[in-house]
Amino acid sequence: MSGIAMPEPDPRILARRDQIVAGLKEIVKGEGVIDSEDERRAFETDALTAYRRMPLAVVLPSTTQEVAAVLKYLNREGVPIIPRGAGTSLAGGALPQEDAVVVGVSKMARVLDVNLADRTMRVETGITNLGVSGAISHEGFFYAPDPSSQLACTIAGNIAMNSGGAHCLKYGVTTNNLMGVVFVTMEGEIVEIGGDAMDAPGLDMLGLICGSEGQFGIVTEATLRILPMAEGARPILFGFPSSEAAGAATAAVIGAGIVPVAIEFMDKIAIDICEDFAHAGYPMDAGALLIVEVEGAPAEIDEQLARIGEVARANGATSARQATTAAEAAAIWKGRKSAFGAMGRISDYICMDGTIPTGRLPEILARITEICDAAELKVANIFHAGDGNLHPLVLYDMNDPVSLAKAERAGEDILIACVEVGGCLTGEHGVGIEKRELMTTQFTEGELFQQMRVKSAFDPNWLMNPAKVFPLHMRGETRKAA
Amino acid sequence: MSDLIAPTDEAGVEAAVHDAMSSKTPIAVRGGGSRAGLGRPTQAARTLTTERLSGVTLLEPAELVASARAGTPVAAFEAELARAGQRLAFEPFDHRALYGSTAEPTVGGMVATNASGPRRVIAGAARDALIGVRLVTGRGETIRSGGRVMKNVTGYDLVKLACGSHGTLGVITEATFKTLPIPETELSLVWEGLDEARGVEALCAAMGSPFEASGAAHLPANADAPARTVVRLENFESQLRYRSGELEKLLKPFGAAARLAVDASRALWSEIREAAPLLGDGGRSVWRVSVAPSRAAALAGGLGALAAAHFYDWSGGLLWIAVEPSADAGAATLRPAVREARGHATLVRASDAVRAAVDVFEPEPPALARLSAAVTEAFDPAGVLNPGRMHVRH
Repeated sequence: MSGIAMPEPDPRILARRDQIVAGLKEIVKGEGVIDSEDERRAFETDALTAYRRMPLAVVLPSTTQEVAAVLKYLNREGVPIIPRGAGTSLAGGALPQEDAVVVGVSKMARVLDVNLADRTMRVETGITNLGVSGAISHEGFFYAPDPSSQLACTIAGNIAMNSGGAHCLKYGVTTNNLMGVVFVTMEGEIVEIGGDAMDAPGLDMLGLICGSEGQFGIVTEATLRILPMAEGARPILFGFPSSEAAGAATAAVIGAGIVPVAIEFMDKIAIDICEDFAHAGYPMDAGALLIVEVEGAPAEIDEQLARIGEVARANGATSARQATTAAEAAAIWKGRKSAFGAMGRISDYICMDGTIPTGRLPEILARITEICDAAELKVANIFHAGDGNLHPLVLYDMNDPVSLAKAERAGEDILIACVEVGGCLTGEHGVGIEKRELMTTQFTEGELFQQMRVKSAFDPNWLMNPAKVFPLHMRGETRKAA
Repeated sequence: MSDLIAPTDEAGVEAAVHDAMSSKTPIAVRGGGSRAGLGRPTQAARTLTTERLSGVTLLEPAELVASARAGTPVAAFEAELARAGQRLAFEPFDHRALYGSTAEPTVGGMVATNASGPRRVIAGAARDALIGVRLVTGRGETIRSGGRVMKNVTGYDLVKLACGSHGTLGVITEATFKTLPIPETELSLVWEGLDEARGVEALCAAMGSPFEASGAAHLPANADAPARTVVRLENFESQLRYRSGELEKLLKPFGAAARLAVDASRALWSEIREAAPLLGDGGRSVWRVSVAPSRAAALAGGLGALAAAHFYDWSGGLLWIAVEPSADAGAATLRPAVREARGHATLVRASDAVRAAVDVFEPEPPALARLSAAVTEAFDPAGVLNPGRMHVRH
């Protein structure tokens, strides 16, 4: 086990476990309340698997009304609540605590309405991200945010963390594609915010709830913006002698007035590992590569790729490979998309998620190398270059506690460096428990207190996902903040 | 006449808010004042303007990002962006024509009112382009949220919250935006003579196509002209040739389209963006109604004679309605109809007396109103900033 602390469980709540479970069973009948230790174990962690906490109980309601009754009950009883989608958070956003009840939305996964003319879709939030696009793809529509975990992750979790993906440069992140929610408050009220009409007046509570890391209440339904698919899409792969050259080419492409749907960067180590795994035909002599994808009709794609190719060559690209068939396109993406899996095959790793101003790429890459060299750790860099979101994968050995501690420390130093160059701690994974203690490097105490006051406005008793986002030592101050 | 406070830096704004708190004297907040007619009239002895907090502070076209202090004129900001080949994709709405104002719209006012124009339908609202703010809260403390990178989930998104908060949470002092390159050129396709339901249907068909229409408006027939259904395309010249042809084919069931070349297209969209030129007599009250496009034509039709003039933007999702002046600007008829259509309405132009008497913004359901009030109180516990601008504060 490692460095990130969780609050001590409240023994008074632990002592009332049977009573609380009985209370939940009054509200959610049948298999919706998970009580046995064996079954609860499936919920003791999320994708930040180094941390595990057995929850007091797990409840999986089937309706918004049940969610409302559960929240009202737990709030009245003073029991902490951990909201959960699919549990794919890389930041520990869904990590339980021993004195908390996990409230999951996985049984609420229906598509409620699709309106192609209005380009909207209403879903229950337990549906997976891919399930949303899957329900409309035959109509030629899609839902734009596409986090790598999209096969498993839920819309509820996407809203909680304001998830991104590889295509944000053109299509934005969750908050830009979310039009309305049904939101259950801590008091068990059911509130509709937004809907299928754009830009509700009043304070932008929708924008506030999106990305609140499940700390305000539970979102059970969502109205999503859906988009018509482009006529086609095609990636091109460029090899560069160095990371600097690839970074400069990214800036030059965007500077030339071209905004591709995606620009993905991989450094030498990432190339080696991914090529070894995926046999994607990546240029092994390159110091870095870029995958640039554009959309449109075939002739439009040709024209855009020609422009991009010119810019890339002017910035030192040593090789270019355009996909001419769907199979070639898939091969180019295969290496990138399997990067995390490929990495996992050769080593344990922690995946960082800072964002930087893209112009500072060479500087930050040098700094990352320095930090990891000093810690005697290997690092591979994968980067959503167009939008500045950096994913350094710091490799370590899970069986060696010293190695993990070093990797966590190096990861923190990398994020601090991101903040120092004008970026941020997390671009799309969220703060969770992982970056909680680092928040003071990006925000002043006053700024954090202001955010904490906003939480108190929704959840005066600090019961909803309480040990996340804010440094633990500040939590004693919450009353003062409010 | 109220006293005007015009700080030249954030410390000056903080001092003014502290002063308001200690003297229990609320202040009205504005930029240039061109949008003074928006929202409920505020009762405040003093007015703080951000006009003297001016200047573009960051411009990185290769990173698609730019920042400006709150008092920077929108025109100056847009001009500087244009020199770098960039623009604000949401096509900021300019309220001057609506209010007959000669005051200068500022970046702070644009953010505080989430002022989005026709391109909002594809590019998102002002709040979507806004990626960072600095603001002085009603507690007199300067806070930052977001930053200068477009992917950022570090802490709560107070950026979105500040956008459209009409100065009730804090005084915005600086704003950072995601920008986009200015396309090479534009053109518009125009279908004449469609009725409103068919017109909106045509707009939805265009928006549901892969051709990335960046404007979609229906202007009903009036005494001078037949109805016009207008779709704008912006891109490289060569792409526009292809896309406009494809779009015409797709929309063939709606008849043949005329083409507006770049200059005529720009002129028409400038009118649509300002709204007022299309709503007739400047003495009329004006409502701005958001509704799902598929329910828009029925809603407008149901209002009957109440609507003296109206038109549709945002593929039908935004309905501008002018009504003859009256004690409630038609609220008694319009609000229930809009609610029935699951939309929401804002009274954007009416006399101070009318805007004090009726809800300017769509009333919130009680549970949501309570949350909004709690959030407002978290920023401005003493109620010193623009009190009552959005809702009557209890």
